This record gives sequence, structure tokens and C-alpha cells, in this order.
Amino acid sequence: MSLLSIRNMDVSIGQYSVLHGVTLDVPEGGVFVLLGRNGAGKTTTLRSIIGLLDRPEGSVTFRGEDISSLHTSDIARKGIAFVPENMGIFGGLTVAENMVLATASGKFDQTRLARVYELFPALEQFWDKQAWSLSGGQKQMLAVARAIIEPRDLILIDEPTKGLAPSIISAMGEAFREISETTTILLVEQNFSFAKSLGRDMAVIDDGRVVHTGTMADFAADTALQDRLLSLSMEAS
Amino acid sequence: MNIVERFGGVFLLPVAIAIIAFVLIGAPSSWLTLTVAGLAMGMMLFLMASGLSLVFGLMDVLNFGHSAFVSFGAFVAASVLAYFGGWLGSESIFLNIMALVFAIAAAIVFGAALGWFFERVIVKPVYSDHLRQILITMGALIVAEQLILATWGGTPTTVLRPNFLEGTIIVGGSSLEIFRLFAFIVGAVVYAGLYLLLNRTRMGLLIRAGVENREMVEALGFKIDRLFIGVFMLGSALAAMGGAMWAGYETLITPALGAEMMVIVFIVVIIGGLGSIQGTLLGAIMVALMQNYVGFLAPKLALASNMLLMMAILLWRPYGLAPAVK
Repeated sequence: MSLLSIRNMDVSIGQYSVLHGVTLDVPEGGVFVLLGRNGAGKTTTLRSIIGLLDRPEGSVTFRGEDISSLHTSDIARKGIAFVPENMGIFGGLTVAENMVLATASGKFDQTRLARVYELFPALEQFWDKQAWSLSGGQKQMLAVARAIIEPRDLILIDEPTKGLAPSIISAMGEAFREISETTTILLVEQNFSFAKSLGRDMAVIDDGRVVHTGTMADFAADTALQDRLLSLSMEAS
Repeated sequence: MNIVERFGGVFLLPVAIAIIAFVLIGAPSSWLTLTVAGLAMGMMLFLMASGLSLVFGLMDVLNFGHSAFVSFGAFVAASVLAYFGGWLGSESIFLNIMALVFAIAAAIVFGAALGWFFERVIVKPVYSDHLRQILITMGALIVAEQLILATWGGTPTTVLRPNFLEGTIIVGGSSLEIFRLFAFIVGAVVYAGLYLLLNRTRMGLLIRAGVENREMVEALGFKIDRLFIGVFMLGSALAAMGGAMWAGYETLITPALGAEMMVIVFIVVIIGGLGSIQGTLLGAIMVALMQNYVGFLAPKLALASNMLLMMAILLWRPYGLAPAVK
């Protein structure tokens, strides 16, 4: 059984119809990559899963339970974390305060906190600094750290490499690889080389429809398919 | 960080205003009287405006009816004080204090209850629609004013003060009203309480986070709707408390009080920056000091001075002096 199943999801934002019958199965474990051109509907798909868009048509089931009508906070409490494209950092709060808000009880599990420090040492260094003063890469680290400070079954991550330096992207890739050993990641990404290095399964979304699903290995080997589905905006692999 | 930032940055502005006024006024005793009056008025404006700032910042709600809470707080307190008129005139400070506590508590409770009603019935249906928010909350302010008119009448209502807050004390040749000192202390205590609530509690952390990014707070597993109504009730209770203090300060109030205060309360919030308690305090103190100093130096410019101050600050910092979201 899939960890997350989306069936025939239609989403409209204002007068615009953005998703048209999206159907997707995200298996448990590893990194599932959602690829697509700008405006294809990738971000809308993630926001619909976490309940940030008004009642989409169709169904979203998580571990067999229909979550499509639940409030965002209830979906989060089912074990789904969300790292938005803009990172969603609370700039006026310190790194510590950002982290403590992501805990259910307001207290840290020291083992998990140690793991966060291990993955992202900069966060320990800037623990008491206000988050707005962090660099772009450090903010992204904080956003991901918030998603893993509590046990989660699924993390939705939207374009985490956008605007980051190559060295930070590489470190982020290592962190995602380690996180995906225990937690499923649904990753929206435009940087194909980054996505290719992490993804086990993948799907391509275009014009609000899923136009391809399969394994990342097969997709990476088929340059003609890549050209056809992604050539307009994806970088060369 | 430059030297100005290290010593307080924008929070030095009231000090700068006071120093400039000291030079222009020339007479230290007049300056001290005006400064104390300005600080007391600033604290009362802070009480009225802090809730509006939080509601604006957290809920993105333009509540032009906020000053209705100020009016109701003032009239409810005036009625309670009139009811305990015997206690107010008593030589017993205990009875004086009890009458005052009942009046302020009644204003707070009434304000919180009215805030709950306002949020559920008037504001909730128009979340995320600014135009309708403006129209419906301005309409609510007019209705509130008419309700006050129907309940308390159109003639100005005299507000009784407890005996122990009457009179003045002389400090360095300046005559300082005891009520103004009391208003300053009450405002400072409320500020300290709000500061601790926002910076030392989990609820405060959620409010500060919600001011910045409501969606993300929900995505972290918190129901922000419950926070909304709590903050709205807190804000309306504080405004009512500010109204109660203002009633004691003015000693004569009319149903038009809310509409009169609305503009100045919005100026305070805009100058201070949305969603920030520190910013609201800063804005309130600056506005009140300016009004008192300019009222003394050039009375005809007193009203215009705050508009000019707001324009100057918005040209310099379009998001206000200390907004919650940087």
C-alpha cells in the first residue's frame, strides 16, 4: 500500500483551474521526486496535500485514511511536515524558537536534536540568533531541521535548492539522503541533477496533469523523454 | 551594528523628541509637566492600540471598529465608578482602590465579551477581504456609537475619580497630576505583562510566529483560529481598559469618543509597525509627546503634528519603525 495516494484531484485557485485529475502514489521510504516545468502545478499539489488550499476535488489518503477534508494542523499532526518554497521561516524568532515551535510538547527530544546538529552544524552555532539574520542556505537548513525535529512519516519539500550555492546544495543532498533512510520525502525540484541524485521514484506533472510516473533510474536513462517533458525549463543533467 | 543601533536605534526617537522640545520650550518645569502628560497619554494610547496592532498583524484584519471597544470601556467604567460614587469619595484608600478595580475589571470583561461577539459575528465572515472588512467594521463603529448614545444619552458624561488619584504633586517646581502618573504606571505594568506573555510563553511564541506566517504555524500543527479569537478578545479587552483609563483622564466623555480616538490609534499602529508590541509602545509615546509639546509650542499645529510625524516616518520606513516582520 502506498504511503500517500492522490486520486483525481482537481484544484482551482480563484477563477483558474490549476490541477486536473492528478493521480499519484507515493510509496513508503526514500525520495519521491515530482518534476515539471514552471507553473505545471507541483507547488499546488504539495499545498493541496497539506490542506492549504480550499477543499480540492478528489481524494488524498495517507496510510489509508482520507485526509482531504482535514484542517492543515490536523494533517500535520498525522505525521506530515511541509517545507515550503519560501522556507516559511519565522524571521523575528530565534533559531531555537523556530525549532521549539515545531515540537508538539515544546520540549526537544535530545537524540533528535543531536541528529539535527549533526546534519546541520550551523544551526547549533546560530541557535540564539534571529532567523532573519541567517544566510539563505542556513534558512533552508532550519526549514528542513524543523521538519525532522519530531518523528514524521512524510516530508513535503518544495524546491529546496532554489537560489542556493553549489556547496550548500551538495550538503543539502547529503542531509536528504540520510533523512530519507527513516522518513519518506516527497520532493518538488527543478534542479534535475540534484533530483536525479536523490530520487528513487518520480513523476512528471505538466499543465496540471501527471504525464509520467516511474523510477528515477529509468527516467534518467531516457534523454528523449526528459527532453520532451522537461526541456523548457529544466537544466541540463 | 552602528553606535545608534547599539544604544537602542529607533527606540531613541522619543528621547530625541524630548531633548528637542526641552531646547524649544526653555522652561524646565513646563517641559517636565508636558513630558509626564505625554508619557501618561502615550501609555493610554498604547493600551488602546496594542490589540489593534496584534489583530492587524496576526489576522490581517483591518478593524476600523476597534475604537468601539475604547468607547464601551470608557462608558462602562464611568457607570461603575458612578455606582460606587460613595466609595470614591471615601477617605479610605482601600475603598477608593476597590471602586477603581471594579471599574477597570468591568471594562476589561465587557471589552473581552464584546470582542468575542465582534470576531464571531462581524469579522469572521469577512476574513481575507479587506474592502468588506473596512465597510463592515466602520458600520459596526457607527452602530456602537448609536448604542452608546441610546444607553448613556448624548450629553457629556462626567467621570468620577477616586479621591487618592485627585490632585497634583510638585516635583522640581513642576506640577504633576497624580492620575497621569498612575496612568503611566498602569500602562507600564500592562506592557511588561504583554512583553512577558509574548516572549516567555508558548502562546506568545505562537502569536509572534502567526503574525509572520499564519500558514506555516498551521503546517506545524497548530489551529490558528483559536489563537485568533484569543488575541481578538485580548486586544478588545486592552482597548476597553485604555478607554476606562482615558475616561478617568478626560473626566468628561461623549459617545463620539471612539470615532475621535480611531484616527490617532491608527496613526500609532502605522508609526510603530504592525504586529509589534514594542513598536506600538514606541509609536504611542512619540505621538503623545508630539501632541503635548506641539500643543504647547504651536497649538494650531497640534492635530497636524501627528499626521506630519506619520508621513515623515513612512517616507523613511514604509513598514513603520519596529514592525514584527522584518
